[in-house]
Formats: sequence, C-alpha cells, structure tokens
Amino acid sequence: MDNTIKKTPFYKRHVDMGGRIVEFAGFYMPIQYKGVIKEVGAVRNRIGIFDVSHMGEIKIKGNDRDKFISYITTNDPITLDEFQEQYSSMCYEDGGIVDDLLIYKLPDYFFLVVNAANTEKDYNWMVQNKKEDVTIENVSENTAQLAIQGPQAEKCLNGLFNEDISKINYYHSTITRFCGIEMLVSRTGYTGEDGFELYFDPKYALDVWDKLFEEIPELEPCGLSARDILRLEARYCLYGNDIDKTTNPIEAGLSWITKLDKDDFIGRTAILRLKENIKRKLVGFEMNDGIPRKGFEIYKDREKIGVVTSGCYSPTLKKGIGLGYIDVPHHKSGGVVDIKIGEKFKPGNIIKGAFYRRSNGGS
Amino acid sequence: MAEVRDGLKYTETEEWVKIENDIAMIGITDHAQEELSDIVAVAIKEIGTRIKRGESIATVDAVKAASDIYSPLSGEITEVNQNVVSSPELINHSPYDQGWLLKLKIENPNEISFLLEKEQYDERH
Repeated sequence: MDNTIKKTPFYKRHVDMGGRIVEFAGFYMPIQYKGVIKEVGAVRNRIGIFDVSHMGEIKIKGNDRDKFISYITTNDPITLDEFQEQYSSMCYEDGGIVDDLLIYKLPDYFFLVVNAANTEKDYNWMVQNKKEDVTIENVSENTAQLAIQGPQAEKCLNGLFNEDISKINYYHSTITRFCGIEMLVSRTGYTGEDGFELYFDPKYALDVWDKLFEEIPELEPCGLSARDILRLEARYCLYGNDIDKTTNPIEAGLSWITKLDKDDFIGRTAILRLKENIKRKLVGFEMNDGIPRKGFEIYKDREKIGVVTSGCYSPTLKKGIGLGYIDVPHHKSGGVVDIKIGEKFKPGNIIKGAFYRRSNGGS
Repeated sequence: MAEVRDGLKYTETEEWVKIENDIAMIGITDHAQEELSDIVAVAIKEIGTRIKRGESIATVDAVKAASDIYSPLSGEITEVNQNVVSSPELINHSPYDQGWLLKLKIENPNEISFLLEKEQYDERH
C-alpha cells in the first residue's frame, strides 16, 4: 500500500464488504462490489449507496462572498435562496474549464463540492483570484460524503432524520440530524435517479454507514464503475473525460449554466467570442452494434470528425452509449456517424438529451 | 478467491490454454473475468485465421472496459465457441468450461515452453 494515497473514512467497510479497491484521484476507492450490472440495477430500481468522500469541499466565507462566487463561476449563484444548490463551472480567462462543481448557499457561507482530482487546483485557483473580504477554506479532509440514490431513497431514508426529508425539493438541502449526528442533507446526485447526498463529520462515518445498512436491508453498496455508468446514462459530464481546460462550456453543452448576461466573471469575454464560432459540440450517441470507449475516433464518410470522450455498455438501455466531440455541422441530433472500433466502423446515432430519463419526473 | 485450475497452462496476460495433442483450447482466467466484471460482448477472429503468438485473437467487452485477448501460441484457428459469442456472460459464469473462446492448431510446439505452469501462475497472484 502506498501511504501517499488517501483513504476515505469508510475504507474499512469497503474492504469488509468485499469491494475491489483501486486508486482513483489519489484515494483508495471501491471500483465495484458484487458487479456493475447488479449495482446499476439496484440504483435504477431500488436504492444504492456510494462513498463519495473523495470529492473536495471548499467553504467560501466573508462579506464579499456573493460577488466573489459569482465572479469565479459561470452560473448565477446570486439567484440562490438559502439551502438551495446550483450546478456550475469555473473557467479560465480563455474559457477553458477549471472544474465543474456544485454550489450550496448556506446561511453563513457557500459550500462548494468539486471533483476529487481537482480539489487542490481549484482551491489554489480560488485563492489566486480572491477579492476583498473573502476567506477560502478547504474542508475536504473534515467532510465525509455519502450519496444514497434510487427510487426508494426517499421512502427508505425518511424517518431516520429529525426532519421530514421528503419535503426537501430537488437541488435543495437542509441541516438536520441522523441518529443525533448533524448533517447537511441535499436532494442531489449524479445518477439520474432521485436521491440524497449527506455531508457530515468523518468521525461518525462508520456509525452512519452501519446504521444505514441496519435500517435499510435492501441498500446496495455501489462502486465507482456503477457511478460512472449511471452518470453517463443520465448524460452528465465527467471532468477529465468530457470537459477539461481545453473545452469551453458552450461546446460542452453547458450553456444552461453559463450566464453571459450577469456581471463579469472569469472567462466571460473569451466565451462571448468563442460562442460566435463554435467548431465542435459534445454530443450523445447510441450504438446497437459495438460499445464506444474513450479515445475512439468518430468518422463521417471516412473523414475524421471527432473523438469519443466517454463510453460504456448501458445495462439499463442494453446498448452502447457514448459522448464525444463532433465537428459542426455533423453534430446534429438524428445524424448517424461512424465510430471506429478496432479496424471496423460501426454506426452511432446522435441523440438529443439524456440516454436515460427516470419515469417519475425530475431531471 | 479466483480459481486456478490444474491441468491448464497460463499466460502473464491472463489467458489459459488446454493442450490436447496439436490443438490448444484458449480462454481467459477466472481472475481476468473477475477484473473485467460483467462481460457483454465478445468478438473472436474467424476460423482459418493464422495467428502469431502475442497477437490479438479476440476482444472482450465488459460494461466499463474492453480488453484484447492475446494468443498464447501461434497457429490456425480451427474452432470458435459460438455460445460465448451469443451469451458472453458464460465467460463470467464458467471461464474454464463453457466460457472457452477458441481452439487453434498449434504451429510451433516449442512455444509451449513459454507458457506458465499452474504453480508459476499461482505465484503471481
């Protein structure tokens, strides 16, 4: 074991419960327990739990925090109510993406949840761009995070908290207690299902994990593979695959979190310019024959027009699904492109929106 | 614990070989199928294809990743297991029996000495 690689506070349970451990973003994490198809199925049909404590958490305090958070992110956090959240991104001056993140507006501070591999980079970027009365605190090491996802999440979890958590709306949160332990509970996730994310003091991690399994017998422990498949089926971007410093939010399909009409923010000038001449777009495509993988090339009439950034076999849809950048004007939904798999070309049908949408509303 | 079976030879790239006279039956190890997890598609080179040792003879697609399977020996493919092509999960359920991939006619018996014996393979795990 490499001591420079961190363990989350749930590490012991991952090992106890038969999780296969891999190194990911500087952490030893379970990639799977009993199999990805089983885990994906549990989240789509019942309830699954993910340790996401590797994610980074950063607190932004101070009187100028509203102005600062708006300046460093592309969405409009000023519009948030207390205990409301927002998906957003941070950009460099050239419009390239620093990271995508979740912004929680809490009574006394903003709570940012960033990608594990980017925590240090993001923190340094924020410090570098700090304004007047703002303090920035990396609280990742003091934060345990669990995601409990699936259509039964509300039913199974309600009653375990001091508050009625069924009253929490999508992308909203509350601070309440679970077995006496204070937690930030939010109705968010990265799976395309209903579900909750819990943030709390890591010293209670094992107690919380054990209590959840005791109270919810059908709870399925899920690993990183299942999480990646679920997010791809829901067509959520993954930093490092679908977005990075060489991609801008417009071509990545993130215009909806890029509010060019608000006050100036880092990257705005470049994005306004880039928007006028978008050369490629991130698209989703399905394959009935073949499974796309990251790095596969995309062709039209034997001419290379793009590259796959994420791909897998979708256990829910029972076909290959992928995301990739495709040169304009070949990006339009309804179009058919050729994905190069080995020496063969197999058709990919470009589709609009998510591959999978849950039936009971929400997004 | 992944099963390692007596009477087979192995490779460092997690293939197994069962040799009967001049025919080698080839598959992937129990350890390999565990690592790949749920296998959903298999593509195997056609019967009659001549393969050199170390060349790709098949591609195994799992939900999350694809993996090339390399030929442990040189030879000509004489049989392909159509059951795994239509039911790839057989590799997960029965890697050493129903989940075999193909048979080839061994071209160079000297190459057999490059394969790992069970004990040598065991030491690596």
